[in-house]
Amino acid sequence: MSDTASLPVVAATASPLWLDRLRRPAEAVLVPLGALLAAMVIFGAFVAVLGKDPVEVYALIYKGAFSSAFAWQNTLQRAAPLILTALCVALPAQVGLIVIGGEGALVLGGLAAAVAGHALSGSSPLAIEIAMAIAAMLVGGAWIALAGALRHYRGVNETISSLLLSYIAIALFNHFVEGPLRDPASLNKPSTMPIGEASMIGVIPGTDVHWGLVFGIVFCLIAFVLVRYTVQGFAMRIVGGNVRAAKLAGLPVGILILSSCGLGGAAAGLAGMVEVAAVHGNANASLIAGYGYAGILVSFIARHNPLAIVPVAILLGGIAASGGLLQRRLDLPDATVLLLQGIAFMVILASETLYGRARIFQPKGA
Amino acid sequence: MDASLGWWGVPIAVLGGAIRISTPFLFVSLGECLTEKSGRINLGLEGILVMGAMTGYGVSYLSGSPWLGVLAAGFAGLLLGLLHGMVCSLPRVNDIAVGIGLMLFGTGLAFFLGKPFVQPKAPTLPALPLGAWASSPQVQAALQINVLFIVGAVLAVALHWVFRNTRWGLVVRMVGDSADAARAMGYNVNAVRVLATALGGFSAGVGGSFLSLYYPGSWNEGLSSGQGLMAVALVIFARWRPIHCFWAALLFGGASALGPALQSVGITSGYYLFNAAPYVLTLGVMIATCSTRRTLAGAPGELSVTR
Repeated sequence: MSDTASLPVVAATASPLWLDRLRRPAEAVLVPLGALLAAMVIFGAFVAVLGKDPVEVYALIYKGAFSSAFAWQNTLQRAAPLILTALCVALPAQVGLIVIGGEGALVLGGLAAAVAGHALSGSSPLAIEIAMAIAAMLVGGAWIALAGALRHYRGVNETISSLLLSYIAIALFNHFVEGPLRDPASLNKPSTMPIGEASMIGVIPGTDVHWGLVFGIVFCLIAFVLVRYTVQGFAMRIVGGNVRAAKLAGLPVGILILSSCGLGGAAAGLAGMVEVAAVHGNANASLIAGYGYAGILVSFIARHNPLAIVPVAILLGGIAASGGLLQRRLDLPDATVLLLQGIAFMVILASETLYGRARIFQPKGA
Repeated sequence: MDASLGWWGVPIAVLGGAIRISTPFLFVSLGECLTEKSGRINLGLEGILVMGAMTGYGVSYLSGSPWLGVLAAGFAGLLLGLLHGMVCSLPRVNDIAVGIGLMLFGTGLAFFLGKPFVQPKAPTLPALPLGAWASSPQVQAALQINVLFIVGAVLAVALHWVFRNTRWGLVVRMVGDSADAARAMGYNVNAVRVLATALGGFSAGVGGSFLSLYYPGSWNEGLSSGQGLMAVALVIFARWRPIHCFWAALLFGGASALGPALQSVGITSGYYLFNAAPYVLTLGVMIATCSTRRTLAGAPGELSVTR
């Protein structure tokens, strides 16, 4: 793709059609990459202020994230929930909504999964796992669909309402985990009843990575096909582009908004189920780990493209995985990863202004 | 003494809590009010609030003067507001998305730089004992009022006056209601908005310093729990009127004080649910006031969030 970018403009008119078609994708890849590079430079300056060597920091991030099979497994482990929570932003974004409440759908989904898993104990493990996934997706989907419904029927801004809903969800979660649903045996760390070792979803054979990663990738593929290659997905994008035009065309705007929010919420709920059924074994406060907020960043870097979410989530999962190493080796604060994410987010958003500016990325048309 | 007030302890504790907790709400909502009047929304005030809390605490610790900390917190907020304003001035950049980014950036930066200040004890702001006349310690505690609360109340009135009676206020309102009209009058729309966002950031930063320098009165990473974002909803509730922001901030402060107040008289079941009261109240208010059919009365015409 870099050869596309280096083509002189004059020669471009004579370039073959396939090369011309690469211009837009090249822009969509190179602009975020350039922005991430700029973010790394700015972050390097912050690290340098603290008297650390930025090059060493990046070397450690690489080491902690991608250098060994162990590091890769740690990275992929963390990427799994990010993929799913990013979909909670990307799918509503197709209909033009900015939903940032994935954290709430995740914790309630996890709680629903834990309850379903415990209630069905004794059934076959596969049945329990399926029931947990369905319960989590229903609860998570309903939670985000509520934000979509408030937007569509009452005109309540979905960004604010979804974040408020996620605070309410966390309060509900704490209430149930520390109150009615608490396992009396969990003394120091209030938790729900365990779902049982047999009902845990295992790891992908030959690795330490649990199946949640596969759930996430499959969900992304389904979302990509839905958005790009189906009539419903096309209708969603029309709603996202221009609601009035969609209404004039007779599209069921309300249903499209609710279903895209519901699907996104289902993805985040599934992330909660994966955390419960693959990592913790019950629902406890460890579920409130900020995956929902990191997912917002993943989706924005991926420009809400479900397929691009997977590599971006792996990249950010890797950065998160290296956080511990940075803390131990360089004595950096544990918020270092958060700062890098924040800088990356600001630069990525500012880079939105670059799209369509450079003529080299504009198809000359045939 | 505790038992003598009995159930009356609850409303008194709620009132005292309302005054204490509402101060950051008040500053953030006044800042957001100014920003939104100019036609932009800054969801990043949450990040600015946390950054202000860290800066205020850090400067107070290093200099020994809490008031210097308040000022420094304001300037930290000003810088972040400036960042939001300038990034949003780039063509095709969405102000809501930048706000989310700033939320993450501000908290990340505050936690990153604020690590050394988690342990030490910084000098905090003094309180005015306006309840000294009362014999009951609960009443005395409730009427321990911080100077910043009074400053905030004065600021609300001042902002109201500026919007109504000054050229500056008119310019901000015009830019917020119709960018085209402002351009036709020869005003630089982006410059006005950047300035309004920066000053709004200053106010939010001061609100943050109240959190770390008065109540709860220390710096840690769990200091803010969405006050910055709730203030955005609060401004909508107050219909973009500074005086109403004051009353709304008191109401939200009271809702936040409900859980701890009930706990103090022994009602502990449902503690977490009562903690959700301000969020439920915010959401309820938005559901009640928003509509798909009309724009909200008093809403600046250029504001994306109400369209």
